[in-house]
Amino acid sequence: MKAIVEVDRLSKLYALGGIGPTSLRQSLESLFGRFRGDRPAAASEAIPDDRAGPEPNTFWGIKDISFSVAPGAVVGIIGRNGAGKSTLLKILSRITEPTSGRAILRGRVVSLLEVGTGFHNELTGRENIFLNGAILGMKRTEVAARFDEIVDFAEVGKFIDTPVKRYSSGMFVRLAFAVAAHLEPEILLIDEVLAVGDAGFQKKCLGKMGQVASEQGRTVFFVSHNMGAVRSLCEEAILIEGGRVVRTGAPADVISHYLSASSPKDSEVEGQIWWNGSADAPHTDDLALRGIRLLGPQGVPQAAFEADKPIRIEINYTVLRRLRGARFVVSLMTQEGEVAFCATDHLFQQETQSPGRYQSTCVLPAGLLNRRNYLVNIQCDIPGERYLLPGAEYLGFTVSGAGNQASTFPEPWPGVVCPKIAWTVEAQT
Amino acid sequence: MLVMAELKAEPYEVIIERSRGWLSIDWREFWEYRDLLVLLVQRDVTSRYKQTLLGPLWFILQPVLTAMVFAIIFGRIAGIPTDGIPGPLFYLCGLLGWTYFSQNLTNAGASFVNNAHLFGKVYFPRLIVPVAIVLSNLVAFAIQLGPFLLFLGYYKLCTQDASVVHLTWKLLLVPLPLLQVVALSLGVSLLMSAATARYRDLIHLNQFLIQIWMFATPIFYPLSKVPPQWQWVIWANPMSVPVEAFRICLLGRGTLGTAEIVISAASTVLLLAFGIAAFQKVERTMIDSV
Repeated sequence: MKAIVEVDRLSKLYALGGIGPTSLRQSLESLFGRFRGDRPAAASEAIPDDRAGPEPNTFWGIKDISFSVAPGAVVGIIGRNGAGKSTLLKILSRITEPTSGRAILRGRVVSLLEVGTGFHNELTGRENIFLNGAILGMKRTEVAARFDEIVDFAEVGKFIDTPVKRYSSGMFVRLAFAVAAHLEPEILLIDEVLAVGDAGFQKKCLGKMGQVASEQGRTVFFVSHNMGAVRSLCEEAILIEGGRVVRTGAPADVISHYLSASSPKDSEVEGQIWWNGSADAPHTDDLALRGIRLLGPQGVPQAAFEADKPIRIEINYTVLRRLRGARFVVSLMTQEGEVAFCATDHLFQQETQSPGRYQSTCVLPAGLLNRRNYLVNIQCDIPGERYLLPGAEYLGFTVSGAGNQASTFPEPWPGVVCPKIAWTVEAQT
Repeated sequence: MLVMAELKAEPYEVIIERSRGWLSIDWREFWEYRDLLVLLVQRDVTSRYKQTLLGPLWFILQPVLTAMVFAIIFGRIAGIPTDGIPGPLFYLCGLLGWTYFSQNLTNAGASFVNNAHLFGKVYFPRLIVPVAIVLSNLVAFAIQLGPFLLFLGYYKLCTQDASVVHLTWKLLLVPLPLLQVVALSLGVSLLMSAATARYRDLIHLNQFLIQIWMFATPIFYPLSKVPPQWQWVIWANPMSVPVEAFRICLLGRGTLGTAEIVISAASTVLLLAFGIAAFQKVERTMIDSV
């Protein structure tokens, strides 16, 4: 069968530093600078050699990316922040042009890079469904044919003729996703949109996406940091690092490559990821990660644990700017993408943190986890204000061994966790 | 039937690569998105009226108040004649085309800047946005006709000297100058949005440009009173001809020669072509720099 998506040596060059002149003055200055033979100011951020562009202060957002996808495939695109996933998706959805190379898409494309793009607050739910459908490239008649289904899925019911500015954020997100999910493009591009909405709705969306792909034979590209979702939904995965494709294949294989070896420098050791101040560490202006380690009872990093032993999670980071009210949140996820539980250091943090190095440590008590694989998702934010580091799954580990309440037989034991629970059994007279 | 239709539909294929060439509009694609154009016009119109206190009344009040201010300042204080046409009619007629024109420039001239977020998240032919704005502003234009017609009726029926206003067959030609204003304002808006996408600080220049442009257009003075050595300024301004043409069509007074019309029409077409080219050049990569 002919591939529905063919990508051939796609590359995109970006200019660094403010990305292009934003005021006429800057532009004139750089023009006169060129006359005088001045060299452009050195980039504030170091560009890794393999991504440096042909001219100073340029870098490859993506470089020579090639792959092809058969119709009906669900492809997960994974990689760390800044690896080039979003750039690739933006080019495929025609938001920006590639610098060189080409891509052929044999079918209509709908991209969902954000939930609710183009929604207008003053318009009602009904008006927004049509407008949003049209923005996403659908005909009025196509939207009308799916209208009832969309309203059902979004569970907005009688609010359909109310301006969306009066919607709760949950309703808004549900409606927005419902529109996109019910359109029928041959190719659907989705970027991390499942990060919004409550858990129940996320599950519903994942189900819908799976259905879209399996029953209707649509091709889906799915960019995510949610390894559980990628593993359960996708048939193929593409790992992008430094703007290049480094691995393609079955999701399980690509994900384990990503979680173990994706990490830089000396993470040959399992159960740790250590950037140690290198430029590709996840960072924002406020904060940079230095490393994350999973430690067993002996205090050495490891990726396999016994169910009846505690697990220590260490997060090492550098605060770059004075922070107020920041917290780390560790979410333990199953491979299927369910959140087992979340924990935060918020109550244990100082009110303000001055620039410097810090370590947040938590201990998962013995006798809590089930026998299965877990992923460690870490995010940092100031609640109600902004994200300092978006949530991402950095490490995975396996829990095994008898213990807790799990059956002593080697059978799969349901439950995301399996806490130690006291039982008594006595004969009654 | 259904099978037939499916067979006939040509396989849909999008090729993404760096584009070349200047004037390459994908008209087929533009047509594919016609529903979006209609819905955007609807959105602009409804959201504009939903948000305001007086709704469409603003579009009536604004030109009437402006005409009053003109009548006081230019008519009474400066003593600029109005070609024998009653002041309010003269100003309202001049403002008809001009208000629409300047409104388009203000709204559509910021197409990229105002829609940067949308453009960064979803693809559709970007040209739809300014075209939708220009079309939705036509509603305001139609509403503005109201007070003008009211004054026209008043002078025609209720005054002694009904002959000050000549209603002729030229009334039927009104769509022509309107069409030119549509094309001209679209062209200039496209140039402006391309320029402001690249250089944000040009937004301030836009407002200034609109003001200066108004003085170079015969809105509060008749063409017949422009000194000969300044006539070229007026004719270099492509907006002069449609404004004067509105007067000829609606009031039966004015001066226009063939040469002026040809020059103005030609520069309108040229500006529109330049506008589309500049807009397209910018739309390809603007999202990388906003």
